[in-house]
Order: sequence, then structure tokens, then C-alpha cells
Amino acid sequence: MSSPILKLVAQRVALGIVLLLAVSVLIFAGTQILPGDVAQSILGQAATPESLANLRAELGLNDPAYIRYFHWLGGVLTGNLGTALSSGQDIASSIRPRLENTLFLAACAAIVAVPLAIILGLLAVRYRNGWVDKLISGLALASTSFPEFFIGYLLVYFFAVHWQIFPGISTVYDGMPFLARLEAIALPATALTLVCLAQMMRMTRAAILNIMQSAFVETAELKGLSAFSIIRKHALPNAVAPIINVVMLNLAYLVVGVVVIEVIFVYPGMGQYLVDHVAKRDVPVVQAVGLIFAAVYITLNIIADVASIIANPRLRHPK
Amino acid sequence: MMADQKAEAGKKPGVLLDIRNLRIEATVYPPGEPPKNIVIVHDVSLTLEKGKVLGLIGESGAGKSTIGLSSMGYGRGGVRITGGEVLLNGRDILKGGKDGLRKLRGREVCYVAQSAAAAFNPAHRLMDQVVEATLLHGRASHEEAEKRAVNLFKALSLPDPEHIGERFPHQVSGGQLQRVMTAMALCSEPDLIVFDEPTTALDVTTQIDVLAAIKHAIRETGVAALYITHDLAVVAQVSDEIMVLRHGRLVEWGGTRQIIKEPRQEYTNALVSVHEIEHQEKKPGTAPFLSVKNVTAAYGGGHVKVLKNVSVDIFPGQTLAVVGESGSGKSTLARAITGLLPPEQGTVTFDGRPLANRLADRPKEDLRQLQMIYQMADVAMNPRQTVGTIIGRPLEFYFGMRGRERDARVAELLDKIEMGKGFIDRYPAELSGGQKQRVCIARSLAAKPKLIICDEVTSALDPLVASGILKLLLDLQAEENVAYLFITHDLATVKSIADSIAVMYRGEVVRYGPKSQVLKPPFDAYTDLLLSSVPEMEIGWLEKAIKGRRMESAGN
Amino acid sequence: MINITRIPLAALIGIVMTSLFLLAAIFAPWIAPYGNAQIVGDVWQPMSSQFWFGTDNLGRDLLSRMIYGARITIFIAVLATALSFTLGATLGFCAAVLGGWFDTLMSRLVDLLMAIPTLIMALVVLSVLPSTLVTLIMVMGILDSTRVYRLSRAIAVDIEVMDFVEAAKLRGEGMLWIIFREILPNALSPLISELGLRFIYAILFLSALSFLGLGVQPPDADWGGMVKENKDGIVFGIAAALIPAAAIAILGISVNLVADWILNRTTSLKGGRG
Repeated sequence: MSSPILKLVAQRVALGIVLLLAVSVLIFAGTQILPGDVAQSILGQAATPESLANLRAELGLNDPAYIRYFHWLGGVLTGNLGTALSSGQDIASSIRPRLENTLFLAACAAIVAVPLAIILGLLAVRYRNGWVDKLISGLALASTSFPEFFIGYLLVYFFAVHWQIFPGISTVYDGMPFLARLEAIALPATALTLVCLAQMMRMTRAAILNIMQSAFVETAELKGLSAFSIIRKHALPNAVAPIINVVMLNLAYLVVGVVVIEVIFVYPGMGQYLVDHVAKRDVPVVQAVGLIFAAVYITLNIIADVASIIANPRLRHPK
Repeated sequence: MMADQKAEAGKKPGVLLDIRNLRIEATVYPPGEPPKNIVIVHDVSLTLEKGKVLGLIGESGAGKSTIGLSSMGYGRGGVRITGGEVLLNGRDILKGGKDGLRKLRGREVCYVAQSAAAAFNPAHRLMDQVVEATLLHGRASHEEAEKRAVNLFKALSLPDPEHIGERFPHQVSGGQLQRVMTAMALCSEPDLIVFDEPTTALDVTTQIDVLAAIKHAIRETGVAALYITHDLAVVAQVSDEIMVLRHGRLVEWGGTRQIIKEPRQEYTNALVSVHEIEHQEKKPGTAPFLSVKNVTAAYGGGHVKVLKNVSVDIFPGQTLAVVGESGSGKSTLARAITGLLPPEQGTVTFDGRPLANRLADRPKEDLRQLQMIYQMADVAMNPRQTVGTIIGRPLEFYFGMRGRERDARVAELLDKIEMGKGFIDRYPAELSGGQKQRVCIARSLAAKPKLIICDEVTSALDPLVASGILKLLLDLQAEENVAYLFITHDLATVKSIADSIAVMYRGEVVRYGPKSQVLKPPFDAYTDLLLSSVPEMEIGWLEKAIKGRRMESAGN
Repeated sequence: MINITRIPLAALIGIVMTSLFLLAAIFAPWIAPYGNAQIVGDVWQPMSSQFWFGTDNLGRDLLSRMIYGARITIFIAVLATALSFTLGATLGFCAAVLGGWFDTLMSRLVDLLMAIPTLIMALVVLSVLPSTLVTLIMVMGILDSTRVYRLSRAIAVDIEVMDFVEAAKLRGEGMLWIIFREILPNALSPLISELGLRFIYAILFLSALSFLGLGVQPPDADWGGMVKENKDGIVFGIAAALIPAAAIAILGISVNLVADWILNRTTSLKGGRG
């Protein structure tokens, strides 16, 4: 790889790291808006002033904000995410299995959604302005207005309750056989797929259409190449970058959709974990999980940018 | 005469392309209305013999590209061939179906597009794209095709012909890329090449080299060609016959010499004499009105010098033409004078007093005296304002005119630009290119300025429309005694309307003085190159120009 | 200026449906057959002539709850959209026109805020703030203003580089004239279309928050909250939760159709009478 590319990629990654740090500050600051008494909420109304003071000292609540931030950041960087206020459990070890579950669910959805979005996008462009295109685009437009729980509960209503094909509640546990696991997450994975399929398909369609309308595609057609050859030799090499970009951006979007879906299907993942502890006002958990979600989101965005950079022929072969 | 020609062509065995009664239509979708069909080409017929070059000339909308592409059975952007026959080598290609068309494209007929930069795939090397059609149609083996390509590169005077194929499109200059595209078209040894405005997007000095290269290659290979352009002088250099088109209809068709020397139709005559504008050169007076002294300006905090020690004077009621190619700094000079780009050094004096360097520091009166007209009239006017508002605003702003007084003056101004009162309530989108530019002229006149800067105001217009605008500007200058700073890259225009000329190259003024002086030899190297690059409406001019060139142009 | 017969069918449907929802929201107390919190029957009764949508998990009339829910949902969404739009558009325009350090500072800030998914940030903030209406509107408004900022800044920059803006500057026109008479009229069409999209997003966002228990608190319920209340019935085959969910979807589609129509009327800067 040539040096301008390496430089640009390095710059982008460095920017991402800076961004991540800034986001960690933001998340930390976000939870300090209301200096509510954490100690009070743990010990309850009947706590004595001494026990409150002790707890505050123990939790380091008397230190100024920036010291607490660096404490926390230091912990995060060494793998110690703190302890949950509500249950006293170590956060990092609670997160690990849940993170695996969420990633598994997201991966299953992505494996189906990405190829499907690309194929549908290609179809829509091939039969542009015909009924196939209008149908696909219309459905896509409609689905972007659908709340995730609508899709989720529709699936549960029909597939779990009426037709009883898949379970409506997705319980998974360690050591579960793979097929059983797949069966358990069938419905949430489908819901998640449908949620991001619409958006992704619209963007792949736009990206491919943009390429197909380029002058060099016309040149290829005027040389007498068949439609298939044109797509394979001329359109595809230039479509790779924008499509990767679209896919990464939508995977980032998928990360958010996971939260609601996990709640619907009571799936023991990160989303469920976060929502439960937000309701309990368990700040350490919220900080840790929020940071992890943000990190995944930022990483996916970085990959999207880096892919764009690498795929640009002007940068790969400078003058 | 045309009927005789056709009958003759039909009998001769050397007829390559025979288009009969071609009719082309398209569907347009005006916003808020149902889509409708319009006819772009009405019953056009032409014949082309093997090895001959036919120039298709006309203004925009004449249908020349559409006709050129129809020889390959291709319609761009939803345009359809709805009538007539296109016979290539004796068979009607319109009846051959998609397969038939694919077989002939890239093999019997090849296309050279207007913008080579867009026409090449940025992801593949040049050589791969140049030999693609040849290999696809099985005309040669890979080795042979590459050898052929290199020979063509040599014939087209490309630098480093052995290795240039290894480069990517963005690593090669515009003029070179255009020649590579020509090589690409010639590589599969077709019978016919369609050249679609191949030199229009290039600088004038590069244009000459590419034109000569194309002509040389055509003669060498004996290929027939359809050469499409709007510039009659250019087409006169390369074609054997010329066909004049207008609004999709045939106006005149004849040999090059006849069309240029003895045009039969009025429209053709107008095209031929488009650069002949009567204008008496005025002698410069004693007191210049706008004086630019030793102005140096830069972008990027002083790093990139775009104007170097420029000094010019403009005299009242006269026209100073600033000529140069892209990157010469002519438009930057306008920005420096108007205060959009404050100069680092030097001063601009206006009417005896120095102008503040920055726009924000100038009083309203100074701003009023100096007006500007832009190249693209579409974006120079607010699309949401009516013509009346556009012309009326300077009146309100500078003179405080309101109501009936202002409306009356707006009507007067519309009269001056030869447009009627009915245009007051129209929006810019409803006007033609020439009308838009006229409104912009009226807007600048409304302020009663002493100087108007015209920044390439005719470059985006068709030749006849441009000629009309120039005549209007000259008339207005005589009436209102307003001076012009006329920025352009078109030397032909300059010869028509300038009183003094400044030639700019890379931010410096290389030649400056009254018109007669500047255009009289001996010349410096760049002015020589520039002057010799402007195509004259004369047969054989191209060969003379190439022989007489001294300075290497930027194209190589 | 707007000819009724020339509006395409899809846009017409969108306009009609959106108006219906708006009317229901405004006139809720007069239209709803029963009270918002009034218990009128058994839990989860099926649809009947007495209760058009049946009853919910506490025996309240679902239709009435839906109508009041429309009021709450739309009310909050409108306020949040108004906040996000005013904030985002004003800052975006100023950044585009003023440039310099203001532009750089604002844009970096917005980049930072947009680096976190909106839902996550909302959850983080709502874990410490009380779930009052004001908080909800503020959180939604501020977080969403980032997208509006980016869009309006981009639109303003696109317009500002056009020659007619430079011509106005050369004339000596002041900042106010340039923003309000030159830039804004040309920015209206895409901005209005974006307004529609932001509104839909506000509804979806609010519903998601309420569904997760962090939005509107009981006994009031917006549509998202209603889904949460009735979701336990799904397992038993009771479709009550699907009705508010469907309502959100339908409102979303309707507004989308209207926004599309507005955007299509003038897609380029060649304005004219649009």
C-alpha cells in the first residue's frame, strides 16, 4: 500500500481514538448532570448519616469530577468496569456472556441482511422504474417508518403464537447446542434483519445507481459489452467502496436496534442489560455499557471511512 | 443539390453510413405536469463515404450528438429512435436487435466522448481499457492489440508511448487522456469513429495539438469519421463535408469549402460570420479610471501566489480585455479588484481615490460604481426572485427608488436589453440562456456604474447568442459610456470588441497595450502560442499553425 | 398555487391520513368515547361494537386510550421537533454564513454528539434525570438537533457559494438580507421535507423510549407506552399491543409521503413558482 493511504488511514484511526476518549468524557459527564445522592439511593431512606458518609468515601464520591473520571477511565483501560450498584456484581464479568450473545444475534442478522440488501439493490437498479423497483422501494420506504417493536411483535404474534414455529421468548444459556440456539434467536434475528434491511437497501440502490449512471459505464456499453460484463468489470470495482461504506453505516445502526429487540424477546444480551439498569439508575453499569456500545459504533464508522480511503484508486496509485 | 448528392451516394459502392429519414424522440417530465413526448430529430438524412470526414455542426439542442450516437443505435438518457433507417455497410442496424448492436459497437463503429476524464474507468489501467474492445470482438490477440495500441500512442504524439498504458486515468493530463481515448477508438480498426466534441473541454493551446493528432490519425488509418462540434472554425480543419443542423433539422449540407466560403442558408451565414463584429478601436486617453498598480495576491495565507505584480489601466468608456487560459489568474484579478481577495501588495485606484483592499471596508458609493456580470447566468440570479425584483433591487438599494418610479426604470432597463415589459414577472428558470445573461446585464446597469467587470460572460453561450450579447454590450457602452473589464479565454471575441488587451499567464501580465499594438508581431513566446492556437475559419489553417509553433504548450 | 387535482395519489393519501391523526390529537377530549383512565370493562376484551378496539390490560377502552395517546405522542413529538429544528437550523445557518472559529467549534461539537448512537445517549442521560415531559422534550430536541444542524449547514453552504449570493455581497447587502432574502427562500423546500422526517423520527424515538419504560410515565401513555402495557398479552394471542404499534407505522408512512411530495416539487435550485 502506498504511503498516502497509510497516512490517511492512520489519521482516521487516530481521530477515532480521540473521538472515543471524548465520548467517554461525554458519557461520564452525562451521568453527572444531576448530582443525585448515589449513596442515598443505595442505602435507602433508613440509612444513618455515618453509613452514608462511609459509603460515599468508599465509592470515592467526595472527589472532584475529573478525578473520578480518570479513576473510571483507568479502570476501563485495565478491564475493570466497576461494580453494579444494584447487585454488587462485577460488571465486566456480567457483560462478557451478554456481549457474546448480542454479537451473535447481530452477526446472524447481518449475515442475512447484507447480501439481501445488495441483491435487492441490484435488482432495483436493473429494473429501474419498473414495478419491481417501485415495489422494493415502496416497501423499503414504508419499513423505515415502522417502530422496531411493531415488526417484533408482529413476528411473535404470527410465528410464535398462532403458527407456533419459533419461540416468542428467546432464552439462551451457556452450553446450548448450536441448532437450538439458532432456533431460539430465529425471531429476534429476523426482526433485526428487517429493521435494518430497508434502510440499507435504499442506500445500496442509490450507490449502485450512481455508478451505473457514470460516463465510463456508457463508454463500456458503447464498446459492445454485455450488461453482465459491464456490471462485473466496470461497475463492481467502483461500487465496492460505496457499498462497504453503506454496509458499515447500517451495521452501526443495527447496534442500536439490538436494544429494543432484546427487550421484546427478553434476550439476555447487552441491550437488555442496559435497559434494566437504566431503570434502576445503576450509573456504573450504564456508563460501562454505554461506552461499549459507543466504541462498537465508532469502530464500525472508522472501518467505513477506511474502506472508502483504500478503495479510492486515486489514493492507491498517486501521480 | 442535396437530392443529387443522395442519389449519387446511393449508387457509389463506397458508402459506409446511410441514414434515411431519422426521427428521434424523448419523453420529458416537466415538474407538476404529465410527461410528454417531444421530437428531437426530424427526418434527417445523411450519407458518409468510407474514409471521409463529415462535420456535424450546430448549436446546443441541434441534435448533433443524438444523431452521432444513432449511428451506433444508441440513445442517451431515454432518447429513442422512432423512425427511419440507419444503414451501416449496407444493413439496417436498427433491425438487428440488441445482439446486432453489441456486435457492431466497438468493432465497426467507435465513440470518442467529450470528457475523457469521465469516460475512463478510474479503477483500471489505461492499456486494459484501450484494448478491451479489440479483445472483446476478437480482432487481435492480446499481444498484437497492445502493440497496436503503442503504435497508436506514437501516432498521436503521446509522451512515453511504451509505458503510458500502465498509468491510471487520474495520473494523466486532460489533453493526453483525450488522445488515449482516440487511440482506444482506433485500436479495433473500426470503419467509423464518432467524435463527440472531443476538444471542447480543453484549453485553447492544448486543443490544437489534439486536433492535429486526431487529423493525422484519421488520415493515416483511413477511417471515416463523424466530427461533432459547435465550433465551425474547428470543424473546417478536419472535415471534408459539413452538415449544419438546427433544432433537429437539416439546414445545409455541402463540401467544407462551399460551406465556409459560400454559405447558401442565412443560418449558416450567421454561423460563419459570427466573429465579425464592427468595432472601432478607441485610443487610450490620458487619465485612467481604474488603475491597478503592482498588485500581488495569494491564497492560503500567502503561500500560493496567484497574482504577481500586475499593473493595468482602464480608461473611461473603453474595454480592457484580459485574456488567458485556466490558471492564468484572470478571474483572480477580478476578485482582487472587487475586494473579495484583498491584495498583499499594490493598490487599486478608482476615479482618483484608492479603493479599500477589503470589500467590507468600502463605502456604498464605491461599490455602486463597480459592477460584475458572471459566466453562468443560471446561478448568478436568485431563482426565487422575479426579473423585476432582480433588476429593481439595485435601484432600491443604491438610489432608494420605490414603487412606480422604480417600476418605470425597470421597464426602461428591460427596453435597453431588448426585452419587453412582459418579462417583469417571469422567473429565471423560465428564460433562455441569452435572456438570462441580458437580465444580468440590466441588473448591473441599474446601478449606473462606471465600470462593469464581465467575467467570461459569453463562454457558456452558443456562438450566435454570444454574438448577440457582445453586440448588446457594445451598444450599451456607446450609450452609457461605461467601461468594461472583459475577462475571457476566447481570443476571437477579444479581437472583436477590445480597445486594450492584457495577456495573462500564470498570474503575470506577459503583454499589455492597445489592441493594435498587442496584436502586432513580434510576440513573446506565450502570446505567440495563444494567438496561433485560435482556429481561423480557413482551410489549411491547422497545418500552418502547427508548423509555426514555437513554445511547447501545456498539453504535452 | 397548489392545484388539488394535480397532487399525486400517494401524497394525497398522506395528507389526508396525517390530517386525521392531527385532528384526533387536537380534539381528543371531544372525540374519545370514554375517559383516558376510565375502566369500562374486562381486561383485554376483543373488538366489539361497544369497544371498537377492545379493552386494554386494565380494562380501559383501547380506542379512547389511542386517541389520547395520539394527543400525547404528537404533542411531545411536535415540541421536540420544533426544538431540534430551531436549534439545529439556526446554528447550522450561522455556522455556514459566519464560518471561522464558530463553524469549526460547532461542527466539532456536533461530530462528537453524533459519534454516540442517539438512543444510547438518551438512555445514559435518562438514567440520572427524572422522566418528566420537559426532560424528554429537551433530551430528544437537543440530540436530534445535530442532524438538523448538519443538514442545514450543508444546504446553506451549497447556496452560499452560488454567484447570486456573491453578487449580493458585492452589492454591499447586509448579513440579514443575505440570510433571509437570498439563502433562506432557496433552502425552504429541502428543510421542510427534513422537518417531516425529523417529526417521524421523534415519534419513533419517543415510542422506543416509552416502550423501554423511560418515556411517558403511567397513567398517561403515548403509543409506545401503550405497547409496553399490552405486550404481555401477545403471548396469549391478544393483539392489543399491535394496534398502537400499527398506528405509529401508519402515521410515519403518511408523513413520509407528504415529505416526499414536497421534496419532489422542487428538487433542483431552479425554483420558479414552486
